[in-house]
Amino acid sequence: MKEQFTISIYTENLIGILHRVTTIFTRRHINIESITASESEVKDIHRYTLVVSSTEDQIKKIVKQIEKQVDVFKAFYHKNDGIVYQEMALYKMPTKLLSQTKEVEYIVRKHHARLLAVEPDFTIIEKTGFKEETQELFEQLKPHGILEFVRSGRISISKPMKEFQEYFTEVEEASRL
Amino acid sequence: MKIVATKSQKTKISMSGAAALVNCLIREGVETLFGYPGGAIMPVYDALFDQKEKIKHIMTRHEQGATHAAQGFARVSGKVGVCLATSGPGATNLITGLADAQLDSTPLVCITGQVPGKMIGSDAFQETDIVSISMAVTKWNIQVTKAKDIPAAVAKAFYIARSGKPGPVLVDITKDAQFEKAEFENYETCDQIRSYVPNPKLNEEALDQAAALINSARKPLILFGHGVLLSNAKKEFEDFVEKTGIPAAWTIMGLSALPTSHPLNVGMLGMHGNYAPNILTNECDVLIAVGMRFDDRVTGDVSRYAKQAKVIHLEIDPAEINKNVEADVPVLGNCKESLKALLDKVNENQHDQWLARFNELNAQEDEKVIKDELNPRADEPMSMGEVIKHISHISRGNAIIVTDVGQHQMVAQRYYEYANWKSNVTSGGLGTMGFALPAAIGAKFAAPHRQVIAVIGDGGFQMTIQELGVIFETKVDVKILLLNNEYLGMVRQWQDMFFEKRYSSVDMVNPDFQMIAKGYGIESEKVTEREKLEDSIHSFLSHEGSCLLEVMVGKENNIFPMIPTGASVSEIRLE
Repeated sequence: MKEQFTISIYTENLIGILHRVTTIFTRRHINIESITASESEVKDIHRYTLVVSSTEDQIKKIVKQIEKQVDVFKAFYHKNDGIVYQEMALYKMPTKLLSQTKEVEYIVRKHHARLLAVEPDFTIIEKTGFKEETQELFEQLKPHGILEFVRSGRISISKPMKEFQEYFTEVEEASRL
Repeated sequence: MKIVATKSQKTKISMSGAAALVNCLIREGVETLFGYPGGAIMPVYDALFDQKEKIKHIMTRHEQGATHAAQGFARVSGKVGVCLATSGPGATNLITGLADAQLDSTPLVCITGQVPGKMIGSDAFQETDIVSISMAVTKWNIQVTKAKDIPAAVAKAFYIARSGKPGPVLVDITKDAQFEKAEFENYETCDQIRSYVPNPKLNEEALDQAAALINSARKPLILFGHGVLLSNAKKEFEDFVEKTGIPAAWTIMGLSALPTSHPLNVGMLGMHGNYAPNILTNECDVLIAVGMRFDDRVTGDVSRYAKQAKVIHLEIDPAEINKNVEADVPVLGNCKESLKALLDKVNENQHDQWLARFNELNAQEDEKVIKDELNPRADEPMSMGEVIKHISHISRGNAIIVTDVGQHQMVAQRYYEYANWKSNVTSGGLGTMGFALPAAIGAKFAAPHRQVIAVIGDGGFQMTIQELGVIFETKVDVKILLLNNEYLGMVRQWQDMFFEKRYSSVDMVNPDFQMIAKGYGIESEKVTEREKLEDSIHSFLSHEGSCLLEVMVGKENNIFPMIPTGASVSEIRLE
């Protein structure tokens, strides 16, 4: 049965690794729903967070294929109930809309969104939450005229997991064997 | 310009990136490499000119030939095979060889020239993004744009290529980095990468579980693959087989890890393998897979594969565990170490009754297939099997057999009686036609004192026939056995069996191979009558230097047994 999985991958900070990792999904016809890459809590080690839908059996095999890559330290996969996760969305709207009507302001407050920038021509609204929540805000703002909309990839932290530092030490020790 | 290096003595010396690269290769122990020059790799060739006495460069006639030659060299020598190619088309011509080496776990380091750094991304002449292109068919790859980074990249490349599960690595070096002068310190080899664990630590608990299963098994079966050869576990494997008394069957990549005549060697697995090991895979109670990866050509329909058996999988690569077949006891680690550790834990045993089942089924295969294949009636055309029988007998099973891909490949592997370790070189995973001629050249350079016989079909021969030029130039002694059925035989067999004999594009309109050989200064003989076969093989094998023996074999002979695609191994057909 297909489910949504979040895969966290810790890699060296080198050119080309993201390509190697994404190719593993492409080859198996698995669409990456979202992707976030950034520095991790360990210096010089990067963390990718990918969201994909597949079967657990397939994901287990994929995680092994990812870990097989020379410059990858470790990869973990989780179902949604095993992680705390968020996404961020930004909405660009004409500033005059906010000044002319209370409706947009009401929607923004109701969704606990916040104004990130107010310029004479446009205003940027920010909302952090689950995809359903940022989408809901989008749907409500849309009739009022959204100029631009962007949503980030997922970032996530797992609930029951050893700290990556611990794995990092283990992998480093194993590589010296 | 020499670097004499010891770890205690740090010498800095200024030289070009190209010269540094050549020095790194020498420090890695490279004495023979294969390649083809071109614009973007010219500085390296210039540097090679200065080191002619230390590194022998074999110029193949196509870069694909260079990769296969390097594969043949690596497979026989156990060292890393090395290739050079220029940018663009030179680099892309390496792709088939890289893919082949990736699937057959062959250690290769391919070095490609690249356009100068400032031109990358401009669609410059002969520019291709070879790092992206080769990513899917390499174990690791890198682009180097600064001369100073060359030694570290080369050291890492060799370490990755040969360690753990070996594989191909590509190092792309921009032309300006090859020209650039930099200060180099003594070259230091790489023996550790912090994110890379090539040899998983043995798990004592798994070894105990495996031993317990082996000791209690009544009908155990060993399947052995390339991992036995790659880990140099010759003694450990033979000791394990003999102590436990378990029948052992091979994948084509495992062939020659145990002599064909060994009483516990029960033959070949898979699609064109032997009847007994295929049938009995679905009857055994414990399946011990040693250094093999359950390729679909071995398993047939995986959903009906060995469901009754407890599976023990000895494997170095964690990603192979449970990939195709679920393992009840995965034993992660280098086969040599795993087998050594298991040897102390397993009991001496014999499985006479179980072995008798193999003999019974072998007799059926012999009656229905082998007898006729090896001894056709006088009025029948020559069979590939009888040719291989003579080759095997006359060479006493001592040759290195390098096969191409197709019917002849299956026949050579089924009927050549391999007496020695590491004597089988073939394209197992990718099934690359055109592999054998250049791979045989590489094998001969790796083992000049052994006889090397390339067994090739008329289709595959023409895919890399230009490599006869290497034989012509270097006088390398490769015996070429051309089994000519004037068809793409394996495809024709499938069309015969599964496409109602609609022979679509399998007829080969062949050239006069004798004339071609003559053009390259290679002596040849063509045999069309059985009476002359044995004598011709005698003169072929005793000929001084390379020669070609073309044997005209039955046009529409099929290779049996066969497991049709999608069938279970126990549905193997004898006819």
